[in-house]
Amino acid sequence: MQSTNNVVKGEKGVASSLRLSNQLNTRKRKWNWPLLLFILPGFILYGLFFAGPTVYSLYLSVTDWNGFSESYNFVGLSNYTELLTNDSIFLHSLTNNIKFTLVVVIFQTVLSLCFALLLVKNTKPNIIFRAIYFFPTIIASVSIAFTWTFMYDPNLGVLNNLLESLGLHGWTRSWLGNQNIAIYSIAFVQFWMHTGQVMVIFIAGLHSIPKELYEAADIEGAGKWQRFRHISWPLLAPAASIVIAYTTIQSFKAFDLIIAMTGGGPSHATEILSTFLYKEAFTNFNFGYAAAAAVIFLAIIVIMTVLQFKIIKTDDVQY
Amino acid sequence: MQKQLPRQVVLLIWAAIILLPFFMVFFSTFKSISELFQSPLGWPNSWSLENYRELFVKEPMLGYFMNSVIVTAASVGFILLFSSLISYAIIRMSKKIGYVVFGFFVIGMMIPTQANMIPIYLLVTKLGLYDTLLGVILVLIAFLIPTGVFIMTGFMKTLPNGLIESAKVDGANEWQMYSRIVVPLSMPSIATVSIFSLVIVWNNLLYPLLLLKSDAVKTLPIALLDFQGQYLTNYPLIFAGVIVASIPMIVAYLFLQRYFIAGLTAGSMKG
Repeated sequence: MQSTNNVVKGEKGVASSLRLSNQLNTRKRKWNWPLLLFILPGFILYGLFFAGPTVYSLYLSVTDWNGFSESYNFVGLSNYTELLTNDSIFLHSLTNNIKFTLVVVIFQTVLSLCFALLLVKNTKPNIIFRAIYFFPTIIASVSIAFTWTFMYDPNLGVLNNLLESLGLHGWTRSWLGNQNIAIYSIAFVQFWMHTGQVMVIFIAGLHSIPKELYEAADIEGAGKWQRFRHISWPLLAPAASIVIAYTTIQSFKAFDLIIAMTGGGPSHATEILSTFLYKEAFTNFNFGYAAAAAVIFLAIIVIMTVLQFKIIKTDDVQY
Repeated sequence: MQKQLPRQVVLLIWAAIILLPFFMVFFSTFKSISELFQSPLGWPNSWSLENYRELFVKEPMLGYFMNSVIVTAASVGFILLFSSLISYAIIRMSKKIGYVVFGFFVIGMMIPTQANMIPIYLLVTKLGLYDTLLGVILVLIAFLIPTGVFIMTGFMKTLPNGLIESAKVDGANEWQMYSRIVVPLSMPSIATVSIFSLVIVWNNLLYPLLLLKSDAVKTLPIALLDFQGQYLTNYPLIFAGVIVASIPMIVAYLFLQRYFIAGLTAGSMKG
């Protein structure tokens, strides 16, 4: 990542001097009509089918519309106050979101960093390992969900059978049926699926560390741990903050796995914001209420993304 | 060599944890239900394709597959076309306007799909596109244009401006400069966006779940989700569906693995 940045910077000098002459031209021209036509089709689609609907969510969130009736009322912020102060399922979903995200972020970051360190060299076996670890990323989460529903099945499931055959009868359980552990069982699947993906970011980060630093450390007689502690670790900070920020947002938005594995059950034990608002809208048809939940969900993601930008910007290390 | 041993063991264990579930799924598709109940972990007694046959008889699998192919081909094609047009326009505009346009599109990467799904559902229904492939395709294009613009603009910015300028001196118009110079030079970023959107679109569950109802238009992920309700614990049959739905991605991954890893990492970095 670092190296591509340098390339960009290097060419910027040439590009900007060329752009100067370009800008002198554009100032004389009034408006470049063909360029407007270039933007138009994408602009219409994106505006109509993505950006516009987001704004419309804000509007719906202050109504009590049920999705069918001709008329509806404006209810001000009462959907919001109801959600945040009175709706125990909503608050429970939010708590689940936090539990889920926390577990995934910790395990996914630690595991992917370990694997990145182990697989950093571009040798043939390492490349094969990386390809295997990355593999679940390309499979549909519905398929992954069924795979693990089967693995977790209390009777048929591989997991319980494996534990039985190891003599660990006490450990077998209904992994998705038990209210206390279901959310963690799904969190496992989430980081099982994505660890290989973020490992690639760490590997890119490690590759961007100048080799001379390690050579210098070798001359000084530094051990493996010292090399990691004093070179890799501080210089990996940018990659680590990208991984952590990305994992936080990605796991906060989880939807497919939960819908396909438990549907939010048993008795809301695995309900998170995205499944809560989906059901509120398309099972209970409380469109206005669900839109308010969607706006809160959006606000949380926006805040996280802004923080992510801030953190990554301030984390630039110098050699 | 001995120092290497713990490292190898750790790596092999995680590889097994990743691969074992997929092998379980694959082997299960050759078992009957009773065989699965008797020995869920064992090898299949025979390599019978009965489950696959049953699946294709009971379900319009070929239709689901074709729907997925149509949705994916159309969405990816138009995502590439529109994103590259927009990105080209952004690098050709004055810096200020370009920045505003870029920001307008890229801000969409931040919006989680559940945040605007209700209005999308309402709009698609109002336009008479509910339960049509076209509706899903339009929404998927709109959903992925931001990432496409983000990746392609980033790449096109690094192209030396002199190339475009000299073409302009030779009297090329914007379309010619876009199609003959910038697009051919931007192939690496086009490959990245293709692979990223290919995987996202092929595997997408939310929009078909939201916008499709009848068998005639269902794509594979939503068909699979419905199998769960229909066939309950008939895992062998459901898993045959999983295999059919995954094969195109697996085959592509085997051949283009390096590009998949690079493309999906770049695309998921979203900012």
